[in-house]
Amino acid sequence: MNTTITKDLKEHFFELILTSSASEEAWLKEIRTEALKSFKSLDFPTTRNEEWKYTRITPLLNKPFKKGEYSHVQTSNYKIADLDAIIIPVVNGIINLKEVILPKGIELLNIHIAKEKHPSYIEQYFSKITDNKNIFTALNTVSATPYILKTDNNAIIEKPIHFVFVSKGNEVFVQPRFLIIAGKQSEFNVITSFHSDCKSAFLNVVVEVVAEENSKLEWTKIQSENNESIHVSSEDIYMSTNSTFTLHTYTFNGAMVRNNVNVAIDAANCEANLNGLYLLDGKQHVDNHTKIAHMKAHSNSNEIYKGIMNDASTGVFNGKIHVYQNAQKTNAFQSNKNILLSDNATINTKPELEIYADDVKCSHGSTTGQFDEDAVFYLRARGMGEQSARALLVEAFANDVTESLKSEALKKHILLLIHKKLSKEL
Amino acid sequence: MTKSEQSKGKGKMLEIRNLHAKVGGTPILRGINLTIHPGEIHAIMGPNGSGKSTLASVLAGRENYEVTEGEVLFNGKNLLALSPEDRAREGIFLAFQYPIEIPGVSNINFLRTALNEIRQYKGQEPIEAKEFLALVKEKQKLVEFDAKLANRSVNEGFSGGEKKRNEIFQMAMLEPKFAILDETDSGLDIDALRIVANGVNKLKNDKNAFLVITHYQRLLDYIVPDFVHVLYNGRIVKSGTKELALELEEKGYDWVKAEVDGVSA
Ligand SMILES: Nc1ncnc2c1ncn2[C@@H]1O[C@H](COP(=O)(O)OP(=O)(O)O)[C@@H](O)[C@H]1O
Ligand SMILES: [Mg+2]
Repeated sequence: MNTTITKDLKEHFFELILTSSASEEAWLKEIRTEALKSFKSLDFPTTRNEEWKYTRITPLLNKPFKKGEYSHVQTSNYKIADLDAIIIPVVNGIINLKEVILPKGIELLNIHIAKEKHPSYIEQYFSKITDNKNIFTALNTVSATPYILKTDNNAIIEKPIHFVFVSKGNEVFVQPRFLIIAGKQSEFNVITSFHSDCKSAFLNVVVEVVAEENSKLEWTKIQSENNESIHVSSEDIYMSTNSTFTLHTYTFNGAMVRNNVNVAIDAANCEANLNGLYLLDGKQHVDNHTKIAHMKAHSNSNEIYKGIMNDASTGVFNGKIHVYQNAQKTNAFQSNKNILLSDNATINTKPELEIYADDVKCSHGSTTGQFDEDAVFYLRARGMGEQSARALLVEAFANDVTESLKSEALKKHILLLIHKKLSKEL
Repeated sequence: MTKSEQSKGKGKMLEIRNLHAKVGGTPILRGINLTIHPGEIHAIMGPNGSGKSTLASVLAGRENYEVTEGEVLFNGKNLLALSPEDRAREGIFLAFQYPIEIPGVSNINFLRTALNEIRQYKGQEPIEAKEFLALVKEKQKLVEFDAKLANRSVNEGFSGGEKKRNEIFQMAMLEPKFAILDETDSGLDIDALRIVANGVNKLKNDKNAFLVITHYQRLLDYIVPDFVHVLYNGRIVKSGTKELALELEEKGYDWVKAEVDGVSA
């Protein structure tokens, strides 16, 4: 890797993030300054970096990206059919909070108001769950506009909150930043969908999640940006006693996507579910890095990632499970299965288990195979066209990921995207 | 009737002329001639490895079978030029010797998709949900196929006999013009055999035809064939009526082999 490119790149991004610093409160400035120090001391990763071994991202960042502004988008274009959701547009990482109307029990605040209303939450969690030793996270922390989504204790929010992320502009650099707090005994669903209305974009997303006692949060993330765009995201989840957290990650498009999901289970009786599906073609590259830390006894985690790769696409799955010495009676299940539809497609899959407790049940498995051509023939011999036979088999393959979606409308939407993707309409 | 008389006659459904096919470079079918008319049941018997399943696969359009010579006409159309799905849509059905399991694909849902694609091919509207359910019910009864099995994933965890019955159930649902049953009887006990045979007999009419591949005469006690052919070494070496099946049952294949090998030696 050419180090001078890395230097130039850092300068470029350094300038980008400096222009954004407004007059902010001292406490926030301090966090930003620390993050900036971290950013300066770090380098954009090369494939020599173990965590980025198969994902050569840095050369792709070398474009004249500019910061984007908020502008109006037609949300109806992004509505999920038959789903009664509250849609909140996030344009180039910015929300027009004046337009947001939420039901009782849930609020969406900017960081300044949040600090006034909920000082202890912000002090305890903002920029504390995530890791600013990661250069992308540090970059985000320095200049992003943070939003806080918080449910009251005992709030049950019926309608899903659907954040529609749109990148607008030419070569736009977007840094969404969220802190989601699931109040005690609260239950809600969040959808984040990512879209391009631009030539190309570099999205650098950071979301921190706090699952308080007895809370239930289900989050569905749908990535379908254009194939010029780069998406790096860091989702860091902190779980308290009896909480349930589910993340569904669906990746359909993007030139390069890197998802970092880090779950810290710091209590008993928690359930963390990570479901992932990636459908790739062309030269797409998608890298799912997950890490589940079982820090206390008596919690469960389930992780299923499935991939279908066509053409010259590449996939990476790295699933780390870390069971601390005192985390007895942990159940951790992990599986990664892949189908390669072309000889030129590749997948690098690696489970990483670090288990320091002795009374635990942990299992992991990964498989990579071709399409079952006998099954394709069987269906065709009954009159199904080749395309629909393959789509049905992909649907069946993806079934244990999609069936975990509780909303029928959302499931239908995902199946539709799968069909579109397979027939190259997406 | 001689071959030339048959080919002049009207209403031929399937006409196989001098069919040669290779699998993995090895010639397996080595000149098959067979004509089938609507309303007929033909049985093909023959020792293991003689090419019976290969013939079925070539007719259904499975890839990796290379036709090197000959032609197949189905209702006057060049069958070999059609994709497997178009063959099915034209009315060909193959009950597989070894039906595979397809986890995650619901038997009923896939049949509905298949049925609708067949209807679309014929320029018909998709079947109404209610009508479809009624059809499922009727055909389940006809072939005594457990409703629980019909709703499960295709053949997943089915016993050998259940898989074969599912093939017959699917055949009943799709109502093909020409059905090939590849050893549907093997692995069935006598009750299941009777059920399968009953299904075929009920579906049989003067517009459709069946090609029943079997090892055993016992199936032919229930499905009475109009013609019996012996396939050996990739050729039909003997044809006759149902009495031929009885003779084979009694004497085995050795005399046929001896005749053929004697002639060609
Ligand atoms: N996929 C295949 N690859 C190679 N040889 C095959 C394949 N399928 C069948 N054969 C060979 O072709 C011959 C005929 O097989 P098959 O048609 O299955 O016979 P039958 O159904 O009459 O028992 C056998 O010698 C078998 O080994
Ligand atoms: Mg056979």
